[in-house]
Amino acid sequence: MYLTSYLALAAILFCIGLYGILTKRNAVMLLFSVELMLNAVNLNLVAFSRLGFYPNVEGQIFTFFTITVAAAEAAVGLAILIALYRKKETAEADQYNSMKG
Amino acid sequence: MLSYAWTIPLFPLFAFVVQLLLRTKGNKKLVSSLGVVLTFLSFVFSVYLVVHSLVWNQTIPEWKVNWLHIGANVVTVGASFTPIQVAMLFIVSLVSCLVQIYSMGYMKEDKRSNTFFAYLSLFTFSMLGLVIAPNFLELYFFWELVGVCSFLLVGFYFYKESAKQAAKKAFIVTRIGDVGLFIAICLLFWEVGSFDFDVVKQAVDANQLSSGMITLIAILIFVGAIGKSGQFPLHTWLPDAMEGPTPVSALIHAATMVAAGVFLVAETFWLFEESSTALAIVSYIGGFTALFAALIALTQTDIKRVLAYSTVSQLGYMMLGLGSLGLSSGFFHLLTHAFFKALLFLAAGAVIVAYSHEQDIRKMGGLWKQQRWLGIAFLIGAFSIAGIPPFSGFFSKDEIFLAVFQSGRYDLFVAALLAAFCTAFYMFRLFYLVFAGKVTKEKTKTLSWHFKVPIWILALFSVIAGFLQYPKHLISGWLDETTQTALWWIPVVVTLMAVFGIFLAYAVYQKRWVSAHTLAKLSGIGYRLSYRKFYIDECYEALFVWSLKGLGWILMGWDRFFVGGIALFMKSMPIQLSEMSSRIQNGQVQRYILISVIGLLLLLLSITVGRFIS
Repeated sequence: MYLTSYLALAAILFCIGLYGILTKRNAVMLLFSVELMLNAVNLNLVAFSRLGFYPNVEGQIFTFFTITVAAAEAAVGLAILIALYRKKETAEADQYNSMKG
Repeated sequence: MLSYAWTIPLFPLFAFVVQLLLRTKGNKKLVSSLGVVLTFLSFVFSVYLVVHSLVWNQTIPEWKVNWLHIGANVVTVGASFTPIQVAMLFIVSLVSCLVQIYSMGYMKEDKRSNTFFAYLSLFTFSMLGLVIAPNFLELYFFWELVGVCSFLLVGFYFYKESAKQAAKKAFIVTRIGDVGLFIAICLLFWEVGSFDFDVVKQAVDANQLSSGMITLIAILIFVGAIGKSGQFPLHTWLPDAMEGPTPVSALIHAATMVAAGVFLVAETFWLFEESSTALAIVSYIGGFTALFAALIALTQTDIKRVLAYSTVSQLGYMMLGLGSLGLSSGFFHLLTHAFFKALLFLAAGAVIVAYSHEQDIRKMGGLWKQQRWLGIAFLIGAFSIAGIPPFSGFFSKDEIFLAVFQSGRYDLFVAALLAAFCTAFYMFRLFYLVFAGKVTKEKTKTLSWHFKVPIWILALFSVIAGFLQYPKHLISGWLDETTQTALWWIPVVVTLMAVFGIFLAYAVYQKRWVSAHTLAKLSGIGYRLSYRKFYIDECYEALFVWSLKGLGWILMGWDRFFVGGIALFMKSMPIQLSEMSSRIQNGQVQRYILISVIGLLLLLLSITVGRFIS
């Protein structure tokens, strides 16, 4: 298997995530998209740890950390989202515009 | 006491301040009497000065304080009392006092009479200040101040459109002349370094100024006098100024302020004497104006306008006298004219009141039977202006004719004779139309003593003022002038001309041997020209008003569309820009992310492209 295939898959996943972040209005969908992008990065790390110029295990260890942190982040993100939903009574991200200048 | 002579103008100034404070609340009678009393004090003080200066031949000390230091030059303010100034003080304070008494009757029913009296006081103050000014700068201040008073009083009935226009016209047209005076003063200060009359006079006597410069300055001073005294090219404002109340016409536009131009030329006569060109210009403009205005006065139908043109014409006579090296003749005519023209105007005002504010002489007639005293007073004024002996106008006109004849300008002599004929004709045309003929109004208003007293006092002066110069030449003595030997035939010719004019008026308007229509037809286009005032106003309208208005429109278009366009662009560009950037910052994280992504892509793109290029 070529490294390129993995990288292409990761790039595609990243772009899907980015597209989701830019276009979706539902905040839950945004969180999903962030997860997709994170996993694209993870895939990159794993691919390089196995098929890179200097293969070693560090990439996979990094990935474990990232998955753990991502899980925590998803939990915190969802909690914030629920708090926001209670306050604004909507999950639409474009309603959260109190930063507007 | 004599050293306090400079306080003369302060009395009316004080009256002005008090009257202005009492303008809305003050009792009308109290306010007007205050002006009369304080002006009378000025008059008494002036009489005191006249006795000392002109009768006992004492010199009245000058009063002077330093005001400004410009480099090494000192500008002073003060007051001086040469005989000519003292005589003028007398005229101004007397006529002003009488006119204020008259106004108490004339303005009785006006709601704003308090304001009117305040303006009159301000005018009296300014005019007295102008008269005693010892330097050009002070004179110029007061010169402008009387102009302002004239503006205020001409536009006193400002709710009338014509009065508003007349006030503006008076102000703007005299301002054209004032520019000339201002330049003359600047030039004098430039050349001599002082504004004082005596310093400048010494410099002129010591030949410090080149003759070309003297001519230029004298002509520019005369331009100022042309504006103020309504001489030929700038005369148009004076007849229009008759929109003001009649007492104002008598005081400002007949007796005092319009004579300020003549007074200025007389006061700076040492300058004119040095330049024969300037003198020639003065006498030609004066002579032309005298005839020109008299011709217009022949056909006017508004009683005040006839008198206004007659004023212009008589002022022309004064200038003619001055320009013919007859300082005393010009000043003498100023003096007598102040009395008889004020008399005529006050009488005309009384006529207007008697006819309930009707000014058209064609609608008048037969007043002689109803108000005989008024007719007699008017007749005295008319005889005086026509130059019938022994009324004052005869003596002063005679002097002017003598001066003109001896200056050798025979063309002007003939013009002045014609003007004298016209003067007699239009005055008696006025007299016969108003006082003789059929009674047009059964019950005319009776007039109170406020009208009678000033008119009779002025009538008295109109009769006796001529004897100042005859048999003893008092005025020539005051002005240090050698008297010229009189020629016996000049008074005879002048009187004959006047009598002929009166006879023609009698024949046309009293006996109606010849109808006025036939005369008008005989003169052909002349009648139209005279009636329409030689189309001078129309010419100015076409030449200056429209061209300036056109220029104004062009400039307004430039301002509105070009300059305004730039300003609008400068205003709207930042607004557009800021609106654009604020649309980007809508507070949505997604938009920000999109922009960062685009930025990243652009960065990547530029790095890649940059690598290919380098």
